[in-house]
Amino acid sequence: MKRLQILITLAVSVLLAVGGYFVPAAPAATMGPVTDSIGVVKVSKGQPITIAYWLVITGPNGNLGIDSRNGIEIAIDDQKAVLGFPIKLIGEDTGCNAEGGTTAATKLAANNQLVAAVGSTCSSEARPGAPILWKAGIATVSPANTAPDLTDPKRSADYNGYLRTAHNDLVQGAVGATFVRTVLKLSKVATIHDGSPYAEGLANAFAASFKKQGGTITAAEAVNVGDTDMRPVLTKIAATKPELIYFPIFVAEGGFIARQSKEVSGLANVKLMGADGLFDPNFLKAAGDAATGMYQSSPDTRTEVLGSIYTVFLQKYEKKYGTKPLSIFHAHAYDATNLILQAIQKVGKTDAAGNLYIGRKALRDALFATKGWKGVTGTLTCNPYGDCADPHLAVYQITAGDPSKWDPGVTNPKPIYPVVK
Amino acid sequence: MVFLGLVGMVEVFARKAIIVGVISLGHTLLLLTGLAAGLQAAARAGRRPIPALGAALLAGAMSGVVVCAFIVVGTSANLRGMFVNASPALFGLLSFGRGTAGIPLVVLAWTVVSLLGGTFAILPPAIRRPLSAGGAAVLLLGLFQELLQLLLQEGTIRPLVRAFFFDNDGLVVRGAVTGLAAAVVWSAVRQRWRPSIRTRFLHMTPRNRRASLYLVLLLTVVVLFYLPIFLGEFVSQVLVFVGLFTLMGLGLNLEVGFAGLLDLGFVAFFAIGAYTVALLTTPEKYALVHLPFWAAVPVAVLVSLIAGIFFGLPILGIRGDYLAIATLGFGEIIRLLVLSDFLKPWLGGARGIVNLPKPVLFGFEFKQFGQLFWITLAASALIAFVAARLRDSRLGRSWMAIREDEDVAEAVGINTINAKLLAYGLGGAFAGMGGAIFAVMIGSVFPQSFSLLVSINTLALIIVGGVGSLPGVIVGSLFLVGLPELLREFSEFRFLVYGAVLILMMQVRPEGLWPAVSVAREFRPDEGPSPAREEALATGGEGGG
Amino acid sequence: MGRTFWQRFSLISLFLWAFRITVVLVVVVGTYGTLSSGKYGPAQWIDIVIFGLSQGSIYALIALGYTMVYGILRMINFAHGEVFMSGAYTAYFAAAALNGFGFLARHPFLGLLIVLVVAMATATGVGLLVERIAYRPLRRAPRLVPLIAAIGASFFLQYTFRGFFGAGFQAYPDWPLFKGQMVVAGIGILRTQAVAIVGAVFLMVALYLFVMRTKIGTAMRAVSEDMEVAAMMGINVDRVIVVTFGVGAAAAGAAGVLYALVFKQVWFFMGFVPGIKAFTSAVLGGIGNIPGAMVGGLFLGLIESAGPILFLDGLGIPAPNQLKDVFAFTMLVLVLIFRPTGILGERLAAKKA
Repeated sequence: MKRLQILITLAVSVLLAVGGYFVPAAPAATMGPVTDSIGVVKVSKGQPITIAYWLVITGPNGNLGIDSRNGIEIAIDDQKAVLGFPIKLIGEDTGCNAEGGTTAATKLAANNQLVAAVGSTCSSEARPGAPILWKAGIATVSPANTAPDLTDPKRSADYNGYLRTAHNDLVQGAVGATFVRTVLKLSKVATIHDGSPYAEGLANAFAASFKKQGGTITAAEAVNVGDTDMRPVLTKIAATKPELIYFPIFVAEGGFIARQSKEVSGLANVKLMGADGLFDPNFLKAAGDAATGMYQSSPDTRTEVLGSIYTVFLQKYEKKYGTKPLSIFHAHAYDATNLILQAIQKVGKTDAAGNLYIGRKALRDALFATKGWKGVTGTLTCNPYGDCADPHLAVYQITAGDPSKWDPGVTNPKPIYPVVK
Repeated sequence: MVFLGLVGMVEVFARKAIIVGVISLGHTLLLLTGLAAGLQAAARAGRRPIPALGAALLAGAMSGVVVCAFIVVGTSANLRGMFVNASPALFGLLSFGRGTAGIPLVVLAWTVVSLLGGTFAILPPAIRRPLSAGGAAVLLLGLFQELLQLLLQEGTIRPLVRAFFFDNDGLVVRGAVTGLAAAVVWSAVRQRWRPSIRTRFLHMTPRNRRASLYLVLLLTVVVLFYLPIFLGEFVSQVLVFVGLFTLMGLGLNLEVGFAGLLDLGFVAFFAIGAYTVALLTTPEKYALVHLPFWAAVPVAVLVSLIAGIFFGLPILGIRGDYLAIATLGFGEIIRLLVLSDFLKPWLGGARGIVNLPKPVLFGFEFKQFGQLFWITLAASALIAFVAARLRDSRLGRSWMAIREDEDVAEAVGINTINAKLLAYGLGGAFAGMGGAIFAVMIGSVFPQSFSLLVSINTLALIIVGGVGSLPGVIVGSLFLVGLPELLREFSEFRFLVYGAVLILMMQVRPEGLWPAVSVAREFRPDEGPSPAREEALATGGEGGG
Repeated sequence: MGRTFWQRFSLISLFLWAFRITVVLVVVVGTYGTLSSGKYGPAQWIDIVIFGLSQGSIYALIALGYTMVYGILRMINFAHGEVFMSGAYTAYFAAAALNGFGFLARHPFLGLLIVLVVAMATATGVGLLVERIAYRPLRRAPRLVPLIAAIGASFFLQYTFRGFFGAGFQAYPDWPLFKGQMVVAGIGILRTQAVAIVGAVFLMVALYLFVMRTKIGTAMRAVSEDMEVAAMMGINVDRVIVVTFGVGAAAAGAAGVLYALVFKQVWFFMGFVPGIKAFTSAVLGGIGNIPGAMVGGLFLGLIESAGPILFLDGLGIPAPNQLKDVFAFTMLVLVLIFRPTGILGERLAAKKA
């Protein structure tokens, strides 16, 4: 027994000692020529600079993320290298829910070579994901999150590494409301959301702005993601006699609503309006002819607004991928990537041996210091809470329900508001 | 045999992405299918070399022909409008880049591979095991290379190991060869040493046996303690998920495994636990009070307990499959209520409740996943202990009586009502604890997290792990929760494999991977005492469940 | 022990009574509230009823498969929803192809027939495959095992189809003849809905006659009464089971086409929720009971459609249609508690343990 006791004590102490070895060292506060309060990334000579994406790339909404990723890839192609170091892109699929965002962010955060990230797609992913990335010192620029609370001044310090080039939904809701009130001159609107934070937030933003402009919301309804029979909800809405139905939701349910609204008695003359979640050729497939004449709010991509810089970008996109853009945030992703790459250029320092050192806090500060930066989506200036976008939101009208006639920003859907010279 | 060929084709259809390692995963898959075809054919044909090899040859040839037909059809007609993955890339892959001209090569390749599979079947086990160990090792190294590379980042020694085995894209040849050699050696050694270690163990005095078991336990605790630190944040997070599902599994085990009550709405209690903690700790307007985590958890557990009893009351009279459906209904009702606009002012609706603070103990904040893992570990240990005690208590025995035959149990005088209510309540309480940890881990609660899928997952993992058995729950959790999370790059095919695994498991080993001794006996009544049972008897009833 | 038992017993009785009363209150007060507010005119109520019936008839068709399989094998075929999906999805390609030739415009009913045949054939094939691979080896296993295998089969089928056809959805083409409304007895009803209802009724009647009048139908009923005795009587039980699965699957496949006709969108996950709802219908009507499945389906459709508006709106609950699934499930739970044999009762006295 005594022998056993000794054996046990020995084993335990050995293990404790060995275990202690594995406790990861704090990321060096000083490495090479760079001193940084959060950490430093060292990229050895000949190695690439690693940036990552965390976007929705599979599933029915995969187009949103794939489109953004394409924008990132074009930006990398254009830049080719920063400070002589090539750029490598890695990434994770997030699945448009909180767990997916958490897991993707955690996996990326574990990689100590990762300099910065572009993402996420859905706001529900960013809520848990951005703090996880920032805890590891990785700043993230989102090309597609639109939920207002992510850049709210009252947000916690965990989000200090979060910025976005996408618009804030408060703006989108207001633009939609203004359009309906002042251009269509309607005063009675019914809203439908689908239970997702994005849709609910946007519907609320629209309603608030609309009411402030003197309109009335006749009904505020909701359906579930995955619902197929919208007729009861539409019948209920029909009883309140709205002039327009605003449903800022995603493609599948939006398709059902558009189609079935034409089949419910009392709604034959009611106008329909959606938001950027429906700006997808798949929506035309889902809704068919019912979509013709429908309005949608979405980022404005007209040359008159964005300048020829966007047209050039669009040509690159079509040349590389052989299709028109699949969604709406490609340009935002392009800008986000360029913001990051330029910030790296600004704060990265090389040592005598040719290794590159990037301070994490310095990178973050450089990103937040962006002012008057000319991107494809407009002139970007980041406010202290991460809103960098120069929000140009337009209202479009769908002119044909045939998905083969998808010509975003030109003829189908056609931009009609605000009117530009 | 043809069927296997067909199934192989189905797999090929569904496979789209090919990971380039040393050998591409797509080719590996085809290789494995061919080997399997040969193996099956040979096994069916018997043990003698000639018929076995002949059968394997035939199987291979037929599979090859089928694949060729597929290639011919695919390259001449455009199937892509319908089958999205029938792309030129696919056919190039199948025909080794040669198109229809490569047909003879394809047939030959499949035949050869199948023959190899057949040979494998007739080899003696002594050679077979090391070979399969070696093959498995290489496959695993290649599959998990991304993860392993992440683990080998820090320090000085580890990056060297990493550079030896891997490069940026994956496993390199020398790494593969080393892995293969190591696995073969290990397997051979194990074969030689295992029987002798076993006999030595059985011959030890009970006192020494207990001491060595105690040593093993202590070692396990220390390893588990350091595991999250060693493995880094990502794996820690996966481990926390595994731990949470283990908690849930233990709870469901109470209902399904011990008491025989099939509950498919289990996620409801998970949700209740999570939302309770959320409502008690969030700094936002939904909060009822502001409690620290440690105070909120017992409340959450209590609330879940009461909820369990509450939900159990109306369904006391329902049995069997109907119970499954009724509980499924309950689970969905809870999820929908939590999502609804109706309850939004209190429960946050679709937006959920956010900004939950992390637990703080004497100033130490459990911020990292590794630290949360410790909490999960402690909770699991506690719950496992409670569950084991319950199983051996009077209540546990009444549950087992109810599971065997409810009417007889009632006739014998067991208060089935109380027992069932306690089963629901306690099961719910365990799930509630899991939910509480889940809430602080993610830092927010959203209704989308509490879908039917969670209940099904929990049920599947206790069945795959072994119903009624506590180590089985852990094993099931590792396999059905941990593995898919680690293999996230294949998340598209995750459920496909999941489904296939479930079907296969039920046919091959329905009692689970680590079943409780009594349940195992149920499934294999014809077999005599199993080795596990012998060992259990020898060590005084410690083994198995 | 005796006295505590009594107390406990009446506590539960009390609870169940409270439950009943709450439900009745909700129904009565809600209905009163809605009807008295006069927000909805008769045209709208009729619309709602028609929606409910068309949705319900689709549920009923799928429910037939569930109820028949349960009647014979006492197992819940979780994969049945996926059988429905497979029929609908595969037939889409047939429909799209026919549409490309303008076939649907020229020969609408023939086109519909072809599409139906494709769907039913595929669905039957898939259903039989599942039976052969996943269920037959497990026939003697304890209850949980085939259930898990069924769940596994369900996932497997969903993702196989996802792998085959992609993760997005496809939209059925429009049949020009079936567009728009038609007026029957002064009631406006969508043509597609009419087709769905008529088609469903037709198939249900056909199935009923099949089970009641034909030899193999009688064999099916015999096997569901008592499998061993039927075998002793010389009935080939395996063949009967295969036929059961096949017929149920064919019905589901047809339901898939009718569903797609009304809703247009098909995708790999479309079978999941209708599957659960259909099973609910089967239980509602009385599992093992074919007319029961039909009644249950129609009833569920109506409740889903009218319930939220009729009951909840009157109580002033916002966005009641979000909760329409809550209705379906609450109905299910209520039926299981208070009348487990279902509306039409179980034809068979089944031992549930």
